[in-house]
Amino acid sequence: MNTGMNFELNAPASIAEVVEQLANKTGARVFSGGTDLVPNLRRRIGTPPVLVSTDGVAEMKSVDLQGDHLVIGAAMPLAQLLESDKLAGFPALLQAIAEVAGPGLREAATIGGNLCQDTRCLFYNQSHWWRKSNGFCLKLDGDTCHVAPNGEHCFAAYCGDVAPALLVLGAEVRIAAQGKDRWVSLNSIYEDDGRSHLLLKPGELLVSIRIPLKAAQWRSGYLKSRLRKSVDFPLAGVAVALRLDNRGISHLRIAVTGTNSRPLLFEDFSVVPLSITDDLALSAIDREIGQSIKPMRTTNLPGLYRRKMVAVLGRRLIEGLTAPTGKNGV
Amino acid sequence: MASIINLKVNGKTQEHLIPDAMLLVDFLRDRLGLTGTKQGCDGGECGACTVLVDGRQRLSCVTLAKSVAGKTVETIESIETKGRLSRLQAAFHEKLGTQCGFCTPGMIMAAESLLRKNPAPERDEIKEALSGNLCRCTGYVKIIESVEAAILTGEQA
Ligand SMILES: Cc1cc2nc3c(=O)[nH]c(=O)nc-3n(C[C@H](O)[C@H](O)[C@H](O)COP(=O)(O)OP(=O)(O)OC[C@H]3O[C@@H](n4cnc5c(N)ncnc54)[C@H](O)[C@@H]3O)c2cc1C
Ligand code: SF4
Ligand code: FES
Ligand code: FES
Repeated sequence: MNTGMNFELNAPASIAEVVEQLANKTGARVFSGGTDLVPNLRRRIGTPPVLVSTDGVAEMKSVDLQGDHLVIGAAMPLAQLLESDKLAGFPALLQAIAEVAGPGLREAATIGGNLCQDTRCLFYNQSHWWRKSNGFCLKLDGDTCHVAPNGEHCFAAYCGDVAPALLVLGAEVRIAAQGKDRWVSLNSIYEDDGRSHLLLKPGELLVSIRIPLKAAQWRSGYLKSRLRKSVDFPLAGVAVALRLDNRGISHLRIAVTGTNSRPLLFEDFSVVPLSITDDLALSAIDREIGQSIKPMRTTNLPGLYRRKMVAVLGRRLIEGLTAPTGKNGV
Repeated sequence: MASIINLKVNGKTQEHLIPDAMLLVDFLRDRLGLTGTKQGCDGGECGACTVLVDGRQRLSCVTLAKSVAGKTVETIESIETKGRLSRLQAAFHEKLGTQCGFCTPGMIMAAESLLRKNPAPERDEIKEALSGNLCRCTGYVKIIESVEAAILTGEQA
């Protein structure tokens, strides 16, 4: 079949070579499992001349304890992470990974690719002829947004399942480029703009992810709302991590995916610490989150429903995690 | 851009000059004539194109052929032994796990990948392993029963 795709695919064996090719080959993009990229390229969403694969970089395909952190290589396939016993202390992460797509996709899909996946919209994730006949949109090739036609903004939603789990666990990511190598908080690589939600610059590579081992002392979980039980992106996804003391919840972090162009982390709640049974405080948390999320008509269920689901999933997680058996999530 | 790739498909070593952008499903069907592997959607949604790469289930429609250079690929054509149906193939036939047959190669390869990892899976584990494979005909019950029947055959063998 003629897919119309045409590019050079390289698979260097080291981080240095990957970033060298990204820097020196015009228009080069990172290629990991390809489960987000290939369907998009088949729909002529992007026409990069060069793809640089991370699959040959052994250093990006391991899970190791290093000092106070668990370090996960960005090129680790999700299916292999589910089989690793090293993630046992982080139920939210395991639950989120298990919810990504279906088993065949998880064999190829990597954790780094999941964090860097493109934003999604009903008017964007369509074939080229569909988009052409409907009229291209702001995000690619066009000049109006079909979701909010009067605005200048793209609301395509970030729909990765794994980012919210890593956000509540306090994860950081290692970003490498030619002559640069640094750790930054995962939260700092995203922006709420459907057209450019990733703050990584061309030439930058997400090398690995690290989670503080102390995060294993938090109870955590992830739940997602979707139409089909499998192979479906979140209409809304919520991760919660919390700590308990004898008065109730002493620390609380909540992260939301599927509603905005970036995953959102909430951690400074005015009502925390709170007693577990304090319904008023829980409602205040719903309101604080409700003010920031902005689900638009980018998918097949309306924003109002997805907004309600964020509150429902958040409550369900908090109830499950504060129950006496909540240690292992819900 | 084109490259020469080497890989093993159904036990045979293959060396081919292919475009870097060629999909594995197209390589299998168009280059090697292995049309048992089906294409049912435009990318990752249906599971009809499921094959095994190094023994694990992969979707050949979102896999670039060049990215599996050096690896081992198995398709539905390799599952029979000496002209006899494998236990999964026989069970799908006997228990009516196949109707129009379009999803069947993908279903069997996904089930094969499960049984290699876990020879005695529970019903929930079978459902989970096949959850990326769509079928428009059977309603899935017969498919799950077929996999269960194959497991029983394996235990008796
Ligand atoms: C049918 C279908 C259903 C899906 N369902 C879900 C779902 O339920 N939940 C979900 O979260 N995802 C889902 N996905 C999306 C996708 O499978 C996952 O996000 C996957 O984890 C992407 O990883 P990858 O390695 O395949 O990424 P790739 O496709 O290789 O890359 C994705 C993007 O990230 C960039 N990139 C990749 N690796 C790096 C890196 N190391 N550094 C910098 N940039 C990088 C690439 O340039 C590209 O832009 C689905 C996809 C399909 C086709
Ligand atoms: S939100 Fe608007 S601009 Fe963005 S992808 Fe959808 S239709 Fe296009
Ligand atoms: S053809 Fe590959 S998943 Fe549908
Ligand atoms: S038997 Fe027809 S699609 Fe499954």
